[in-house]
Amino acid sequence: MNKKIESILQRYSSDRTRLMDMLWDVQDEYGYISDEVLPDLGEGLKLSPLDVRETASFYHFFHSRPAGRHRLYLSNTVIAKMKGFNAVYAALEAETGARFGSIDDSGMFGLFETNCIGLSDQEPAMMVGKVVFNHLTPAKVRDIIGKLKAGQSPEEIVNPEGIPRDQLAYVEAMVESNIRRKGPVFFQAETDINALLDSCLKRHPEELILATTRSRMRGRGGAGFSAGLKWRLCREAEGDVKYIICNADEGEPGTFKDRVLLTHSPREVFAGMVIAGHCVGSVKGIVYLRAEYFYLKDYLESQLQQMRDDNLLGNNVLDQGLNFDIRIQMGAGAYICGDESALIESCEGKRGTPRLKPPFPVQQGFLDKPTAVSNVETFVAVARMLDKGSRWYESLGTTHSTGTRLLSISGDCTAPGIYEVEWGTTLNHALRMAGAEDSKAAQISGPSGECVSIRQDGERRFCYSDLSCNGSLMVFDHSRDLLAVVRDFMQFFVDESCGICTPCRAGNVDLLHKIDLIMAGKGQFSDLDDLVNWSRIVQRTSRCGLGGTSPKPILSTLKKFPEIYQQKIRKHHGPLLPSFDAAAAVAGYQQARDELLQEDVE
Amino acid sequence: MSITMTIDGMEVTAEDGSNLVDVASDNGVYIPTLCYTRGRPCLGTCRVCSVKVNGYVTAACAMPVSEGMTVDVSDPEVSDMRQGLVEILFTEGKHNCPSCEKSGRCELQAVGYELGMLVSRFPYRFPVRDREVGARHIWLERDRCIFCQRCVEFVRDKATDRKIFSISGRGSNARIEIDIELADAMPPEQVTEAAEICPVGCIIEKRVGFDDPIGQRRFEVETLRERATARSTDE
Repeated sequence: MNKKIESILQRYSSDRTRLMDMLWDVQDEYGYISDEVLPDLGEGLKLSPLDVRETASFYHFFHSRPAGRHRLYLSNTVIAKMKGFNAVYAALEAETGARFGSIDDSGMFGLFETNCIGLSDQEPAMMVGKVVFNHLTPAKVRDIIGKLKAGQSPEEIVNPEGIPRDQLAYVEAMVESNIRRKGPVFFQAETDINALLDSCLKRHPEELILATTRSRMRGRGGAGFSAGLKWRLCREAEGDVKYIICNADEGEPGTFKDRVLLTHSPREVFAGMVIAGHCVGSVKGIVYLRAEYFYLKDYLESQLQQMRDDNLLGNNVLDQGLNFDIRIQMGAGAYICGDESALIESCEGKRGTPRLKPPFPVQQGFLDKPTAVSNVETFVAVARMLDKGSRWYESLGTTHSTGTRLLSISGDCTAPGIYEVEWGTTLNHALRMAGAEDSKAAQISGPSGECVSIRQDGERRFCYSDLSCNGSLMVFDHSRDLLAVVRDFMQFFVDESCGICTPCRAGNVDLLHKIDLIMAGKGQFSDLDDLVNWSRIVQRTSRCGLGGTSPKPILSTLKKFPEIYQQKIRKHHGPLLPSFDAAAAVAGYQQARDELLQEDVE
Repeated sequence: MSITMTIDGMEVTAEDGSNLVDVASDNGVYIPTLCYTRGRPCLGTCRVCSVKVNGYVTAACAMPVSEGMTVDVSDPEVSDMRQGLVEILFTEGKHNCPSCEKSGRCELQAVGYELGMLVSRFPYRFPVRDREVGARHIWLERDRCIFCQRCVEFVRDKATDRKIFSISGRGSNARIEIDIELADAMPPEQVTEAAEICPVGCIIEKRVGFDDPIGQRRFEVETLRERATARSTDE
């Protein structure tokens, strides 16, 4: 057996559930995951080599072919495209000599596009291996590529002062936090984690769950499930071992608030997990961190270690009898892993395929044990709520949507960044805070949410019964082509569909092609009917929320901005459809005829 | 425990928690499936068994029955969705029945007939996917794969329980793969089982093509509906 593979297997005790970590180590070692390593890896894990490939090929940061010594991933979100993506794209190709999707002749650079990397407030941005560069311009690209060619590492370029990777300063030197507006719940310097944990661990789990339920706090992943109820169900589920998972796979395009929370409030996140562990009777916590946030890993590890040193984590936390520790699981590029059951599959070292429900994760989750998965923001909010009391929390927001929400605002506005607002705040108010003028449309909750018209919907409120926002708020002014935005979002869903079910795998491709047809001016009115019919099939028959929401960019713009479609539609004249290309249809005939005639001559 | 529920307005009794597709079949109501087969774990991949349960569209194969459940199978809206899913499978891959060895024993073809599909509402893509002919007894005609995952989940190496078939890539770039070493170790019955378990003509057994004459094949002598609901008519 290959010695390097053997040592990687040993590092993780040949535990199949750690396959993601092993694949990262293989890629770090060789630059890609070649077919040659699969048999040894498979043998160590008692899997067929292609079973290993099955997992590896699911994640877009894992490469099966040489991908360059420096792998550059340029974020291609709609926001990036509004902020100079094209010029940066061209500059990267010109400077590296590589084309996007491949490597240059020397094998030094690999260029790839990637979906939102959680930097919508500082686009254009790219990852170079495990670090990121923001506010890119062609000049900055020239400088970076020049330094890489001169032998500097990406790390040295982004961190010339050599700040240790486990320091907050290291993260802050690389990316901006842009906390524009603090509210009562988040980014509170005064929270004493030690005292909070001490008081919580002294309280009975039932009492804490009751307080959480009373505060009417809902989970921040987007579905808005009651946080208290989730803990209760997990507590009541039978299992000798239970797990608390923090979903830090912030993949929804346009959101970046979890990144900023992990940067500035990691101890609140972890304290929230410890409390959750105490409530449900769990001994293990996992933070599933998206690979796009690799630069946070060492910093978060050092924060965990400090908490262990302070007896806030590990065996017998604060001498209160609780054993609870947390490990970080890295993802590898898959939006679908934001779905809690797909995330759990990924934690088990498999493809991020959403599971069938029932059973639900609170009954059978990680390794089939009861598992409570919550968003980063939920853990911080719960820690703060238990510190200040459920009455206090409940007094914030509206009757049915209590507390506050972090908005990640990006796009056409002068001050993109993080805004904490009470539920009940209007869309117009949020836009004014961010300096958005001349706004035409806003995408609420990212591509999986809805596109609203500022003129019609500006006075609508953020709350679960109206604009139920998962944190992403992208703003478009009147100069923007909304149909192009819709197209981009559909491409995103095509790229990110896991492919396990028919409607999402195949349906999104056809929806995308239909949008292309309309954009090309070859659509007719019946194509709009097709869009609606096909969208309903995808929405209602898909296995998980990805297909359940993917047609929303189309359906919501058809409702709010029908003119963007109507302008492109052609009236139907004569027997041929506008989409029918007569020349293309007979091109094959002409070629065949020419070839046959040629044969006759010969 | 026995429960009472309704399927298309008909009151039926069934064992609590049993599979909705099976319960419907046993009561003479055919729900098409392409990934689910009776007696095997639910895969929930094709979604062709979508029905309305208490008004919500859901895949019947993944739905355990419970007391008071109201199931609509023949509701026009959801019937159209089922047909749409079958249609999109025909256009996503390349399904040219007259030239396919599986014709007459192909479940996709039979379900297409059963739903009265004449043409797909979706544009034909005619994908070109490499076929895999490296294994001694099996060839993979990838153009026809519908990603049901039956072979991936149900056909395992006898000695080691490792996967013989697997999926690479994801989404519309997903591709069915075969481990040639393990495939060559498959006993003949398992090769036949793999070909039979495939609901389309993707897994083809080498050297036995057209052993059953056209006209006498499984779904040419008996429709899928008749097969599925045989138990209800026996009684």
